[in-house]
Amino acid sequence: MLTRVVRVGRRLWTAWDADRGGTVLLVLLAGVAIAVPALNQLAPASSALHLSTYSLSLIGKYLCYAMLALALDLVWGYGGILSLGHAAFFALGGYAMGMYLMRQIGSRGVYGDPILPDFMVFLNWQKLPWFWVGFNHFWFALLVIAALPALLALLFGWFAFRSRVTGVYFSIMTQALSYALMLAFFRNDMGFGGNNGFTDFKDILGFDLHEDGTRVMLVVVTAAALAASYLACRAIVGSRAGRLFRAIRDAESRARFLGYRVESYKLWVFVFSAVLAGIAGALYVPQVGIINPGEFAPINSIEAVIWVAVGGRGTLFGAAAGAVLVNYAKTYFTGALPELWLYALGALFVLVTLFLPRGLVGLGASRRRAVQAGAAAPVIWALGSHVGVSLGSKLK
Amino acid sequence: MIRPPDLPSPGKILTLDDVTVSFDGFKALDGLTLSVDRGELRCIIGPNGAGKTTMMDVVTGKTRPDHGSAWFAEDVDLLALSEPEIAQAGIGRKFQKPTVFESLTVFENLELAIWGDKSFWKDLVARLTRAERRHIDDILDVTGLTTERAALAGTLSHGQKQWLEIGMLLMQEPELLLVDEPVAGMTPDETHRTAELLLSLAAEHSLIVVEHDMDFVRSIARRVTVLHEGRVLADGDMGRVQNDPLVVEVYLGA
Amino acid sequence: MLGTELQVERRRLLDRTERSGRRARPNGALWLPSLLLALVVFAPHALAQSRDEEFLAVLGELGDASFLDKEHIVERLSRSGHPSTRAVLTAFLEDRLYVRAKDRKIVIVKSMDDGVAPFDLVDPVSLQDAGSGARDEVTRIGTNNRLRKLLKTTVARFDLSSPDPAVKLAAVQEMLRDLDQASIALLGGRAGVETDAAVKEEIETGLALAALDGGDPRARLDAVATLARRLRPQVRNRLAGVLEKGADGNFVEPDEKVRQAAAAAVRRIDRSRALYAGVETLFFGLSVGSVLVLVAIGLAITFGVMGVINMAHGELMMLGAYTTYVVQLAMPRHIGLSILVAIPAAFLVAGLAGVIVERTIIRFLYGRPLETLLATFGVSLVLQQSVRSLFSANNRSVETPPWMSGTLQLNDALAITFNRLYIVIFTLIVFAILLVVLKRTRLGLDIRAVSQNRAMAQAMGIRTGWVDAMTFGLGSGIAGIAGVALSQFTNVGPNLGQAYIIDSFMVVVFGGVGNLWGTLVGGMSMGVVNQLLEPYAGAVLAKIFVLVALILFIQRWPRGLFPQTGRAAESQ
Repeated sequence: MLTRVVRVGRRLWTAWDADRGGTVLLVLLAGVAIAVPALNQLAPASSALHLSTYSLSLIGKYLCYAMLALALDLVWGYGGILSLGHAAFFALGGYAMGMYLMRQIGSRGVYGDPILPDFMVFLNWQKLPWFWVGFNHFWFALLVIAALPALLALLFGWFAFRSRVTGVYFSIMTQALSYALMLAFFRNDMGFGGNNGFTDFKDILGFDLHEDGTRVMLVVVTAAALAASYLACRAIVGSRAGRLFRAIRDAESRARFLGYRVESYKLWVFVFSAVLAGIAGALYVPQVGIINPGEFAPINSIEAVIWVAVGGRGTLFGAAAGAVLVNYAKTYFTGALPELWLYALGALFVLVTLFLPRGLVGLGASRRRAVQAGAAAPVIWALGSHVGVSLGSKLK
Repeated sequence: MIRPPDLPSPGKILTLDDVTVSFDGFKALDGLTLSVDRGELRCIIGPNGAGKTTMMDVVTGKTRPDHGSAWFAEDVDLLALSEPEIAQAGIGRKFQKPTVFESLTVFENLELAIWGDKSFWKDLVARLTRAERRHIDDILDVTGLTTERAALAGTLSHGQKQWLEIGMLLMQEPELLLVDEPVAGMTPDETHRTAELLLSLAAEHSLIVVEHDMDFVRSIARRVTVLHEGRVLADGDMGRVQNDPLVVEVYLGA
Repeated sequence: MLGTELQVERRRLLDRTERSGRRARPNGALWLPSLLLALVVFAPHALAQSRDEEFLAVLGELGDASFLDKEHIVERLSRSGHPSTRAVLTAFLEDRLYVRAKDRKIVIVKSMDDGVAPFDLVDPVSLQDAGSGARDEVTRIGTNNRLRKLLKTTVARFDLSSPDPAVKLAAVQEMLRDLDQASIALLGGRAGVETDAAVKEEIETGLALAALDGGDPRARLDAVATLARRLRPQVRNRLAGVLEKGADGNFVEPDEKVRQAAAAAVRRIDRSRALYAGVETLFFGLSVGSVLVLVAIGLAITFGVMGVINMAHGELMMLGAYTTYVVQLAMPRHIGLSILVAIPAAFLVAGLAGVIVERTIIRFLYGRPLETLLATFGVSLVLQQSVRSLFSANNRSVETPPWMSGTLQLNDALAITFNRLYIVIFTLIVFAILLVVLKRTRLGLDIRAVSQNRAMAQAMGIRTGWVDAMTFGLGSGIAGIAGVALSQFTNVGPNLGQAYIIDSFMVVVFGGVGNLWGTLVGGMSMGVVNQLLEPYAGAVLAKIFVLVALILFIQRWPRGLFPQTGRAAESQ
C-alpha cells in the first residue's frame, strides 16, 4: 500500500519535473473548467465574484487563441516553419462551424426560410448550394472542421515541402494563400455570406447560445480541447518523429542524408497543426457569435506569431501563455487607450524580436530545459491570477 | 533486371562514368570518370574548385549531373534515387562544415541516425530497443563522447562535432562513407585519432575521404586521386602521385 | 489667312442674300447687310459699328418671335457675318439665350445651374461681361426640336470654316451623329476644299455613309470601300445593316456585290477592332503591371539584395503618398508642379524612415529573415498608427494634376489615358535609374560587394554599416516614390500599404529574388495576365486566380522566373 503511494507520488513528481510549465498549464485549465461554471452559475449576479456573460466569451476567446498559438508554435517553434496562413486554417474551421450554426437557425431567420440562410434568400438563391448539404448534422460539421484545414494543409504542404520551399518563401506563400482565400470569401457568389459572413446564430446542438449555461459549457469544452491539444503536441514533440522535426530545423540536409524523407515529417506536423487551428476556429465562432472574411486577414496570422514569440517559441505552454497575455493586453488597451494599442503591439513585435528572442519563458530560464519549464510557471501563475481577478472584478 | 552495357564491373562499390555538371556555363565536373573498390579507402585531393564537393553532391543525390552515370555497388543507379533513398541504400556523408542537430543532445543525434525504416508514423511511436541503446553507447565510446551524451550538440567543440557527425555516420551502418575534410579544425591529437578511426573502418566499409591536409592524407592513404577542373588529373599510390609533375604544378606546388 | 476667311464669308453671305431675296416673304432689313458689305473695303470701322447695330436689331426680334420666325431669324443671323454670331447661336442652342424683361434686350447667360443666385450675363454683341441679372428678370428664349436641329447645323457650318482643325473635326463629328440632307450638302461642299487630313477623312466618312443610301450601286460600292477603312462602331453597324433583310424578306441592299463588299468590310473592321482591343488590354495590363513593378522594385532591393523581409514596405509607400498630400497642401496653386516636387520629397522622407529603421532595428537582425519579418511588421503597425494620429484615419484626397488627366485618342478603336501612359513611362524611368545606380556607381558597387560577401567587403575597407543603411534607404526611398504614383490611383489612407504588400512580395518572388529584371518582367506579366482574366472573371476573381497561379508557380519553380544559379545559389 505504502509502496504504491510512493510509486504514484514519484511518478507524479517525475511528470511535474519533466514539464513544469505544461503541468501548470494543465492545472490552470482544470481550474478554469471548475471555476468558470462555479463563478458564473453559482455566484449571484450581484456578487463581486460573479462572471459576466462578456467575461465568459472573453475567456473562451482567449482559450481558442491559445490553441491557435499552440498549433503555430508546433510548426514554427519546433520546425522553424513560419506559417503565415494559420489564420486561414482557423477561419476555415470557423466557417465550417458557422455553416452548421447557420443551418440550425432554420426558419427563425429574418426571411423565415426553413432551409436557406438569410443571405441566400437575400441574394435570391433558390436552392441550397451543394457544399452546404450535410451541415445540418453536427457530426458532419465536425468532420469538415478537421478535414478541410487538413486537406488544404496537405495539398499546399505537399507541393511546398516537395519543392523545398522554405523559410521566408514559405511564409510569403502561406500569406498569399490566406490573402487569396480572404478575397474569395469576400465574394457573395462564393456562398459564404460575402462581406458579412455568418452571424445571428441561435443554438448549438439544441442549446441556446444566448444562455449563460451554454456558454459555460463552451468554455469548459474549449479548456478541455486546449488541454488535449497540449498533450497531443507534447506527445509529438517528445517522440522520435518530433525530435527529427526539430532536427530538420537545425540541419535539413543532414536529416536527408541520414535517410529521412524530411518532406513527409514536415507535412504531417503541418497538417496536424492546421487541424488544431481549425478546431480552435470552430470553438471560437459560437463563442464570439460571428465569422467573416476578416478572419482570413494576413495580419491575424502575424498577430498569432507574436503571441508565440512573446510567450516563447519552442515551448508549448509558453505559446499558450503568450496568446492569453497579449490578448488580455489587447482587450485592456483597446478599451482604455484604443489609439495606443497599435503602438504597443508594434513595439511588442520589435522589442521581442530584438531583446527577447526566446520570449518570456526564455527570460528567466537558464540553459537546461527542465529549468526553462520551471521558470515559466511564475509567468503563467501571474498571468492566470491577474486575468482571473481582473475578469472577476473589472469586466463584469 | 537487364544490365545496361555500361554497368559497373563487379567488386566496385562506386562507379562514376563521364559525369558532367555545369553551373551557368562553368563546368564543376567535366566528364569525371572514377571508380572505387569495395573495402577501399580512397583519398581525393585537388585545389579549390576542382569539383570534389560537387562529386559528393552527385553521389549523394544533391546535384543531378547534366550527363553521365553513377552506380552504387553493382546495380543501384544513383541518378534515379533521391537523397534519402541513397542514404537508405547505404551511402553516408559527412559534410565539410560539421553538420549536427545543434538543439538536440548528443544521444538524440545518434538516436536519429539509427539505421532502419524511417517513416513519420513509425517514428511517432518508436521506442529505443535494448540493442539500439547498446549500439549508441558503443558509438559514444568509439567517438569519445560518452561524457557528453546528455549535452546539446550545439555546445560541443568543433572537433567534437566532427566526431559526432562521424558517429552518426557509423550509426547509419553505411557500406560507403563519403567524408569531406574530416580533420579541418582538429588538434594534432584529434587528427591522429581520426586517422586511426578511419583506418579501422576501412576493412568493413568503403571510404572516400576528401582532405587538404597532406600529412593526414599521407598517414591514411593507400590510393589517391587528384581532381583538377572537374577531371581526374592523376591517380595511384601516394608516392607516385606526389612525384607526378602535373600534380606538383597545379596543386602541391614546388 | 484671315483675309481669305473674310472673303469666303462674304461670298457666302452674298450668296445667301441673293437666295433669300427670291423668297416670298418680304423683309425690309434684307438689303441692308449687302449694302453694308459693299462698304467693307472702304470703311471697316463704320461697317463694324453698323453691323453691330444690324446684328442687335435682328437679335432683338427673337424676344417675341414664333418658332417659325425664330428659324428665319437664325438664318439671318448666320448670314450677318458678325463675329459674335457663333457664340450667340451656340448659347441659343444650349438654352442660354435670354431676354431681359425691363428693356427687351437679349442677353447670354454665362452658365446654367439650379441655384437661385443671379445669372452672370454676357453682352451678345461684344461678348463682354454685362453684369448680372436676377433670375426672375430674364426669360429664356425657347427652342423646339426643329429649331435646335437648325441651330446645330448652323453652328456646325460656322465651325467647318473655322481655322482651327480641332473645331472643324468636332463639327463634322457632331454632324455625323445625325446626318440629314442639309449637313450632307454642307459636307459635300466642304469635301473639295478641306485640306486637313483628319477633317477630310471624317468628311469622307460622312459622305460615304450618306452614299450608302443612294441609288447608284457603284457609288454604294465606293462608299463601302471607303468605310471599310474606318474603325468606328457606328460605321460598322451601318455596314452590318446593309446585310440585313427587310420586313419583306428581301435584302435591304439589292446589289449582291455591295453586300459582299460590306460583309468583307464588317469582317475587316471587326478584325481591326479586335486587334486594337488586344493592344488596349496589353497596354492596360502593362500599366497595371507598372504599378506592381513600382511597388515591388524597392522590395527587390531590400529583400533581393539584403535578404530583409520588410513588411513595412507598404507603409513606406504610404509615407510617400502622404508626402504628396502634404506637398499639395503646401502649394495648392501649383497642383501640376506638386507631383514633380513630391517625387524627390517622398524619396527623402521614405528613405530617411528606412535608414532610421535599418540603423535602429534591422542591423541587429541580418541573416535572420524571419525575425526581420516580425520586427518590420511591428514597424508597419507603428507607422500606420502614427499616420492615423497625425492625419486621422480618413482617406485624404490627393489631386490629379491637369496634365495627367485626359486621353490620347490614337484612333476610333484605341484610346490611351494619360495617367496610364505616364505610369508606364515613370516606372521605366525609375527602373532605369535604379539599374544605373546599381551597375554604374560606386554605391552600387559597394552594395553588390556587400551582398555577395560581407566579410570580404569589410576586409577591403567598405563601410558595410554605411552601405547597409544606404541600400535600405534606397529601397525605402523607391517605395516612397511608388507611393507618389499610388496617390494618383488609389485612396491615400493609413491602409494604403497593406493593400500592396502581398502583391509586391509575390512580384519579387515570382521574378526571382535578387534579379531586378525578373521583377520587371514578373510585375509586367502579372499585370497583363490580370488584365486578360478580368473581362471573364471580374476583378476580384482575376486577382485570386493570379495569386493561386503564382503560388503554384513558386511550388514548381521555387526560385522564380530568373533564378540565381551557380554554387552560391546551390549552397543556400
